Amino acid sequence: MIEISNITQTFGKGRDAFTALRDVSLTIRENEFFTLLGPSGCGKTTLLRSIAGFVYPTAGTIKLQGEDLLTLPPYSRPVNTVFQSYALFPHMTVAQNIAFGLEMLNQPGAQVKSSVNEMLALVQMTDMADRKTSQISGGQQQRVALARALAPKPKVLLLDEPLSALDFKLRKEMQIELKRLQTETGITFVFVTHDQEEALTMSDRIAVMNEGRILQIDAPRAIYDHPAERFVADFIGETNFLEVDVLSVEADDATIKLTSGATTTARRADTNSATGQATIAVRPEHATLSDDASALLRGTLEDVIYSGTDTHYHIRLQDNCRFVVRKQNHPGTMEAHTVGHQAGVFFDRGVAQILRD
Amino acid sequence: MAAQAERRWLLLSPALLILTFAASGPLLIVLVYSFLEAGDYGGVKWVFTTDAWFNVVAERDFFDETIKIADAHVSIFWRSVKLSLMTAVAAFIIGFPTAYFIATRAEKSRDLWMLLIIIPFWTNLLIRTFAVMEIIRNEGVINTLLIKFGIIEAPIQILFTEFAIMLGMVYVYLPLMVLPIYASMERLDFTLVEAAYDLYGTRMRVLRRVIFPLVKPGVIAGSILVFVPSLGAYVTPRVLGGGKQLMLGNLIELQFGQGRNWPLGAALSITLLAIVMIALMFYVRVARLEEPQHGQ
Ligand SMILES: Nc1ncnc2c1ncn2[C@@H]1O[C@H](COP(=O)(O)OP(=O)(O)OP(=O)(O)O)[C@@H](O)[C@H]1O
Ligand SMILES: [Mg+2]
Repeated sequence: MIEISNITQTFGKGRDAFTALRDVSLTIRENEFFTLLGPSGCGKTTLLRSIAGFVYPTAGTIKLQGEDLLTLPPYSRPVNTVFQSYALFPHMTVAQNIAFGLEMLNQPGAQVKSSVNEMLALVQMTDMADRKTSQISGGQQQRVALARALAPKPKVLLLDEPLSALDFKLRKEMQIELKRLQTETGITFVFVTHDQEEALTMSDRIAVMNEGRILQIDAPRAIYDHPAERFVADFIGETNFLEVDVLSVEADDATIKLTSGATTTARRADTNSATGQATIAVRPEHATLSDDASALLRGTLEDVIYSGTDTHYHIRLQDNCRFVVRKQNHPGTMEAHTVGHQAGVFFDRGVAQILRD
Repeated sequence: MAAQAERRWLLLSPALLILTFAASGPLLIVLVYSFLEAGDYGGVKWVFTTDAWFNVVAERDFFDETIKIADAHVSIFWRSVKLSLMTAVAAFIIGFPTAYFIATRAEKSRDLWMLLIIIPFWTNLLIRTFAVMEIIRNEGVINTLLIKFGIIEAPIQILFTEFAIMLGMVYVYLPLMVLPIYASMERLDFTLVEAAYDLYGTRMRVLRRVIFPLVKPGVIAGSILVFVPSLGAYVTPRVLGGGKQLMLGNLIELQFGQGRNWPLGAALSITLLAIVMIALMFYVRVARLEEPQHGQ
């Protein structure tokens, strides 16, 4: 539905030139909750702004339902934005803010009024309709910003880190509320965040970005379980990286030999990857401690860290790499492992993921 | 506590002294003079009379003692207020886009643009006024060019008209309009402007509904800053009006000079001050209305 093809965005000229987006291509589907996830400065806002029309890409095309968006000025694009700073008009009341877009679309007064009331009810702000925007709390401002952007019923809603200014509890509430609004309105949401947990909870699909590039686009589970690159694996959740030797490759899998000499099966992110040296990623909770002969790796238990829901075991492997195993805690069980003792690590076939270089 | 309060008064005393003697003192003298009789060769006679105030707006016929409105004074008042208002409006029409232009430049070049606006302000007023004269006089740049290109045959009389005075004042006081508008525009959060565009606002509507209301305090301040000195302008109407188109400043000067009527000059000065005060009170009222009821 939104087709972004080969977008490049360069700011400045000559020696000061800075490329914020490099050949970005992606397709966002109808009614999707699509998230752009990446560290600060990776170009998320820039990509959002080029969809909204505040920056004009140096190269590439953006189409919305087949229509070229780049030929349209920002005020003609059927796209609305929830700004990171909310950008509520300080000289208008809550209701006037929500009505603004509708008035700019020249909708008749009665219709504007009923839409505003509908939106106020949707975000539970009816009681505060006549307050100035400086007289409401941060969470309320956030809801007004949302209502203002939703009121004109855009085809796409762009949200630039809309929850980052809220405290933890409010943030959790708003995550659920946003998801509910998206389902209820059926509007496509393009959501920007640098919080991986937020991305995993809310999104239908996630695009992981770094340094102006898109590294992987997938459903949250696929991104988490099968990161394609080292950066993705590292950025989302915790991961153990191991250097391995790929012995042979099949369709989706490969047989690998670990530094300990043990062999197992790993998934391939990239069907082009060949045999030879490679890096694999194993999530700490996908591995278990094992004392028997089945252990794939062996080392010394260096640390046992209790963290409430689970315990982290830090193991120094024979090749001096560190490996972390995470085990969920159960009530009543005693800690069976002692620091300084030998420990083995086991993970199932297919759990390890071969990363693209 | 008491010692501290005493100390505060002590620290304040230089400022208070200056205020008392340098500001209120002369003002008081002017006020007193306006109720005295005019001396024969300038100065005042210490006799109480309200003649000067009467003469501000009215005059008594020399022969039959009938009272009529002082047409000359009224027309000068009217011209002063009219030209000052027009100057403020014209300065706004030129100054607002200028301030907007500068505020939307890259941060590095903004100071340079502001410098270009301010430099003329540091130049001597007379020199600037004569420069305008040089441009608009019959043999000046405008007329010469227009004749050269065959657009007109005889020069257009611009100099010594009300328009010339207004032109001169707009030129002279323009920085006073641009500066406060620029100051409020620089503080303006431009994501608000983006938000307005995002919500289907076209250029003009965004300007009217979002930008203008948010920089309004700057616009009002600029208008006052231009209006007040225009009202009391002396040099510009003198040079560009050629002594034919008097304004309040010239009228006052006339009373203290050739007219030898100091009390009338004093009464006119206070009238001018009153008009300025009314304008300022209007500003304060509007500014208070704009203020949010509860700070955030
Ligand atoms: N107008 C501009 N001129 C020059 N450089 C810019 C401009 N806008 C953005 N950049 C640069 O482009 C890069 C990407 O910026 P962008 O705002 O898209 O990052 P982001 O991913 O949204 O980061 P954050 O999570 O901190 O908001 C940054 O290095 C930024 O400095
Ligand atoms: Mg950003």
